[in-house]
Amino acid sequence: MSLKEWVFTTDHKRVGVLYLIGSVAAFIVAGIMALLMRVELTTLGPTLTANPTTYNVWLYAHGAVILLGFQIPALTGFAANYAIPLMIGAKDVAFPRVNAFSVWLFYMGVILALLTFVMPDPPDVLWTGYPPYSTITSGNTAFYTLTVLLIGFASIIAGVNFLTTIAYMRAPGMTWNKLNIFVWGTAGSFVMQLIYVPVLGTAVLLISFDKYLGTSFFDPTNGGDVLTYQNLFWFYSHPAVYVIFVPFFAIIMEIFATFAKNPIFNYKVAVYGGIWGIVLVSGEVWIHHLYVTGMPDWLRIGQMVTTLLISVPVGLMTISLIGTLYKGSITFESPMVYALGTFFLFLIGGLTGIPLAVTSLTVNLGETYYVVGHFHYVMALTGTLSIFAGVYYWFPKITGKMCNETWAKLGFLLNFIGANMIFWRMMEVGVREGLPRRYYDWAQFPQVADDQMFMTIGSVILALGFAITVLNWVFGAISGKKAGDNPWGSQSLEWTTVSPPPHGNWPTPPVVSEDWSPYAYGKRA
Amino acid sequence: MHKQRKLWAGFAALTGAGSAMAEKYIPTTDRVVDPAAGWDRLWGIVLEDITLLGIAFALLCAWLIWTYRRHPGNPESNPPVLSMGAVLGWSVIPAFIFMADDFYIAANGWNLWNMQREVPADRLEVKLESGMYSWDYTYPNGVQTQNELKVPAGKPVLLRMTSRDTIHNHYLPDFRIKEDSMPGRVTYLWFYPKKPGQHLVTCNEYCGVNHSYMSGKVIVLPPQEYQAWYVQEGDKLKKAAAPAEAAPAGAAPAAPADKAARSPDQNQKPV
Repeated sequence: MSLKEWVFTTDHKRVGVLYLIGSVAAFIVAGIMALLMRVELTTLGPTLTANPTTYNVWLYAHGAVILLGFQIPALTGFAANYAIPLMIGAKDVAFPRVNAFSVWLFYMGVILALLTFVMPDPPDVLWTGYPPYSTITSGNTAFYTLTVLLIGFASIIAGVNFLTTIAYMRAPGMTWNKLNIFVWGTAGSFVMQLIYVPVLGTAVLLISFDKYLGTSFFDPTNGGDVLTYQNLFWFYSHPAVYVIFVPFFAIIMEIFATFAKNPIFNYKVAVYGGIWGIVLVSGEVWIHHLYVTGMPDWLRIGQMVTTLLISVPVGLMTISLIGTLYKGSITFESPMVYALGTFFLFLIGGLTGIPLAVTSLTVNLGETYYVVGHFHYVMALTGTLSIFAGVYYWFPKITGKMCNETWAKLGFLLNFIGANMIFWRMMEVGVREGLPRRYYDWAQFPQVADDQMFMTIGSVILALGFAITVLNWVFGAISGKKAGDNPWGSQSLEWTTVSPPPHGNWPTPPVVSEDWSPYAYGKRA
Repeated sequence: MHKQRKLWAGFAALTGAGSAMAEKYIPTTDRVVDPAAGWDRLWGIVLEDITLLGIAFALLCAWLIWTYRRHPGNPESNPPVLSMGAVLGWSVIPAFIFMADDFYIAANGWNLWNMQREVPADRLEVKLESGMYSWDYTYPNGVQTQNELKVPAGKPVLLRMTSRDTIHNHYLPDFRIKEDSMPGRVTYLWFYPKKPGQHLVTCNEYCGVNHSYMSGKVIVLPPQEYQAWYVQEGDKLKKAAAPAEAAPAGAAPAAPADKAARSPDQNQKPV
């Protein structure tokens, strides 16, 4: 097993593992940025740095790296690559070399993002890159543009690859309604990527045109318009939330099914109403990111209604999720503990989004710590902890070994406590004081001193939990106990091959019978 | 019908607003309400709503976890077989409940939104130009202030806003209202200061290096005191302009001292 074998691999499982390693590295870097920001905010005035630009660069790196370098690649890169061909009984993806190319692009994007820390003029444009600031700053906006383009392109070719794979490479006998829900989730996610990523690519390319080539797409002194960028940007970036949400929710559903030994409750409604309902509505809600930008009043009201209606498909998926526990026989190994914890965090995150859907409430709540608390619950915590759940779930398949359960659960506990300490308090501060986000200093709000200290303590606990989790994987991969082929007793196809699966996955490709189901559990099976 | 016509008039005005600084269409009303109180009320309603939903889902989930844990009495799962009726029931009924709740919240939200956007006819109008990193207000008589908005108690205040550099956001936490100000466009917000006092103005949109230090004050004065200040400042302005007889009437008064001097790169230190 040489390095060359890994770099030039076309095996979907190795590509998946490469995605995992790259995205966990990005996660660690982005996490360190978050810690630095938290420590900076602990005291009034300068704590770590007296230069607000340094803080703004951390802010940029945290947002851009965690979303583009960790969450999207960990779900649509690692989880999709590793699990989809195994779940549908395929030898590999449809275009293995394109797949390898996409992971190379992803690594180039991550490396570019990490260069932020060694360049003399790092980007300080947040992950959103709003003009006019992004076109007049002395920070290097081109790096931001190129990072987004590289990772975006990786995503587009992966999308084509996976949709083709799911459409044409399912095992004989595996009809659409027998697919694992995670396969559906990934399909929905990639359909959204294919529709929306090109719009994001256009937007970020145009700011670099404006800044370096002298065009004026977003420059009002020359006939441009600043809001056009925000519209293009959020036309992708709100659906990006669902690009992350749909697959992570599907992972949670897989884990609920496996550990409750139950089929997904109301499967077809979850798929066609839930997942595809979200895909359908995803493109009609982006104005809720522009509620306080002076968009036309009628548009701000129209998209308030569409935004609220997102609760219908999400609600149907939630009912399917908890319904999966009904009449089950639940065991509580580490993936299930993570999945259950994620569900409770998701409840908080999802419901606290409802006030933000309401235009007339957002004119006070918008752009405050409340928003930061809310989206960290719904994306950072549920997204990240469900990725952790997925890693623990597929770990025995990937490595052939088991992780230490005690450390896994201890890590979860610290993550859960630390996360709630930070982000619950953050929402409180936002509502109580209206403390704006993206502030290097809170000189105007001396009354939040205790809250800032409390959140910093929470962030240290969270960081400890993350460290335990990542180290537990490393030690598990090196010296974990040997796992059987199917330690969780799942019925899904990926557990029918040996652990770790060989190149090609099965000696003879599987054929599924008419009464086969990935969820054939219990007395009925 | 009336509402709809206003909506379209607003739409036409917004899309047709070629020159941004032209008098922007602003829906006006005779009723005077306090949107901040409306905000607190609606927040209370929505908070109750989501708390109730959250607790219901959490309790249901906790009950399922406890009841269907694996134990000697429950060694194996016994998955329910859903009839067609159950499938539809478990999708249509919750979907309707969620939708009903959505429309209930949306209706209340729209109601408050109209309060926030329809500005009382009897009002003080102030123009605001934001820049890195200051708020520059211009009163109807030409008086200019920086980072200090003096207003009389008991009169709604309308701000017509634009920006000379990046996007800023004029946020008044005590009045529960904010709106971006940006170059090339005119936006507006209004608030209703009822009692004399001081309130924070803070920038709520990432505008540059010193974003977190960009702040100001709304100073609500008793009406007579405000009037005295307003007339006095107006007179000062007239006297200053008087020697220069040649100056055309209504010419823009002098810009705040450091307005022209500031450019993003010169302003790297906290103010």
